[in-house]
Amino acid sequence: MTQPAFDEPGAEVTTTSHARDGMIRPERFPNIWCPGCGIGIVLAAYIGAMEKSNIPSQKHVCISGIGCTGRAAGYLNLDTFHTTHGRAIPFATGMAVANPELEITVIAGDGDLSTIGGNHLIHAARRNVDINVIMVNNFNYGMTGGQHGATTPLGAKTHTSPYGNAEAPFNLPYLIAAAGASFVSRWTALHIRQMSAAVKRMMEIEGFTFMEVISPCPPTFGEYNAYPEALDMMQYFRSKAVVDHNADLRTVSVSARPEDDLVVGNFVDSRRESYQELLDSLRRRALERRK
Amino acid sequence: MGNLACVEAALMAGCRFYAGYPITPSSEIFERSCSRFPQAGGQAIEMEDEIASMAALIGASYAGAKAMTATSGPGFSLMLENISLAYIMEAPCVVVNVQRSGPCTGIPTLVGQGDMLQAKWGSGDIEAIAYCPSSVQEFFDLTIQAFNTAEKFRTPVIVLADQVTGMMWEKLSIPPEEEIEIVNRQLMDPLRKEAPFDFSKDFIPMPIVGGGCRVNTDGLTHDVRGYPSTDHSVSQMMNSHLTGKIRNHAREIWKWEEYLTDDAEVLVVAYGSTARSALAAVKEARSRGIRAALLRLITPWPFPDEVVRKLCDRVDAAVVPEVNFGQMVHMVRANTSCSVVGVNWAPGTPIAPQTILDALEVVSSR
Repeated sequence: MTQPAFDEPGAEVTTTSHARDGMIRPERFPNIWCPGCGIGIVLAAYIGAMEKSNIPSQKHVCISGIGCTGRAAGYLNLDTFHTTHGRAIPFATGMAVANPELEITVIAGDGDLSTIGGNHLIHAARRNVDINVIMVNNFNYGMTGGQHGATTPLGAKTHTSPYGNAEAPFNLPYLIAAAGASFVSRWTALHIRQMSAAVKRMMEIEGFTFMEVISPCPPTFGEYNAYPEALDMMQYFRSKAVVDHNADLRTVSVSARPEDDLVVGNFVDSRRESYQELLDSLRRRALERRK
Repeated sequence: MGNLACVEAALMAGCRFYAGYPITPSSEIFERSCSRFPQAGGQAIEMEDEIASMAALIGASYAGAKAMTATSGPGFSLMLENISLAYIMEAPCVVVNVQRSGPCTGIPTLVGQGDMLQAKWGSGDIEAIAYCPSSVQEFFDLTIQAFNTAEKFRTPVIVLADQVTGMMWEKLSIPPEEEIEIVNRQLMDPLRKEAPFDFSKDFIPMPIVGGGCRVNTDGLTHDVRGYPSTDHSVSQMMNSHLTGKIRNHAREIWKWEEYLTDDAEVLVVAYGSTARSALAAVKEARSRGIRAALLRLITPWPFPDEVVRKLCDRVDAAVVPEVNFGQMVHMVRANTSCSVVGVNWAPGTPIAPQTILDALEVVSSR
């Protein structure tokens, strides 16, 4: 009996491998993420950018902090590190200074990078250390069950803000641009191609590059804030995301309310000397002084 | 100056990466590193705090560099979480703690020895290695030793100096480079066939980044592949490896010095700058007919329990002077049945020999 063609009724395509198995550690799957989570989409965008980066995969290093997104690095078939909570950026800074030939990308969550690790984030941007930082922003601490953090919108409900969050969130693109980053962008888990292209651009830039990716988190954030299903938030991205690369960054705070626009884009792309380049010239001055 | 000797020793040991945050009385180490490391082709960078400094060390260590930082009490507290990360990630690096008077901010530029137990038990359930220099020369020698031990054991090593040894000026003899033994870590073969973490071996080659090893290095409990695991047998195996690699070789790590212990009736157990006061007290006690002796602990961690037990068990009493409110005295007490008396003086000045002598006179007259 002949098999039905792939588009005929009853067709069944089975495979034991995936085209990107070489970039991941398939033996570690299934991953820990909940249905509807956006982190896997970000991981795929990162892998796509690596494939197009013209940088050998053995020069790519991925470093994560702690939390749901903190697990991202460990699924990749690279030199990967799962560090302490909030400290992926200084870990990456030490590595990047010790070996400037590496292409280091930090993938971590909003709580990890901007709340407990906020100090490291702004200082790395100020130094313009040549690393890429991809922050998955799901507006809450997901792994610990849904608590509010420095990105939770004002009034949003979490288990530690049951009457509505009393804290205003960081406007991250504005903050990181002001701190001196060479590249600042924001996309959502819906903007797969823009996201991947932006990550590729981040890999090209010698300097600190930052991308915020707004992601659905159905069980611990969406459920209590008008987006109970992942599709609800994807629908919100689709209807309310406004691409504006030249946006006035003072105005791009995220409310996450269904009626408000969500501004996305590649906001900053400006070249200045990276930390490694500046340290190189410092070393040349030191050697000249010794002569 | 001890702090300056430490930097020269680090360079001779092959250290080319320093990350730090200013804090007295260790600042000279940071300052001289900023001047000397770039000249040697390395880098000394200032991080935003001690947490970042310690994290940067581990990143640099995995990039293949010998890496160090220096700090003091409050800064050391901030480093502890990432010292335990270096321990579980098996990242060789050296942390110098020039101890000052505490607690908390305490008296920033005066002497203390208050981080002795914190170095062992502050960063979680780890097996620590630490050295306590008593002189400028020893600060130099033990800094090189600390790097060698870190490289061999693939673990963070702590130099527990104090304000006196750090800021004191005295004679230093720097040996010719060819006379100094330098140990370098074993590197993992990227083409290896076996799993990256063979926990049955004490020493596992290190997967340096950028060379194609493709290893996941994790702060979570991990299996032989480097993957996170909550399996109790995996946890048992990993922790047995981490503690075992140090405990199985403790005797070769231990360093101590004995003075007049052969016929001793009372023994002073001291370390760091306090051992200098203790030595003066023992000499004076001998001149007064008290058969006193000194055991100077050079490695407080791993604690040389057999040495302490052997020497303490044959004297009537042991005196443990410390510039804190009683720390290593508990370790001595736990390892002997002889009477152990703590001499604790921590207002920011060293213990005077007379204070230790008084204690020796009291215990020897009992």
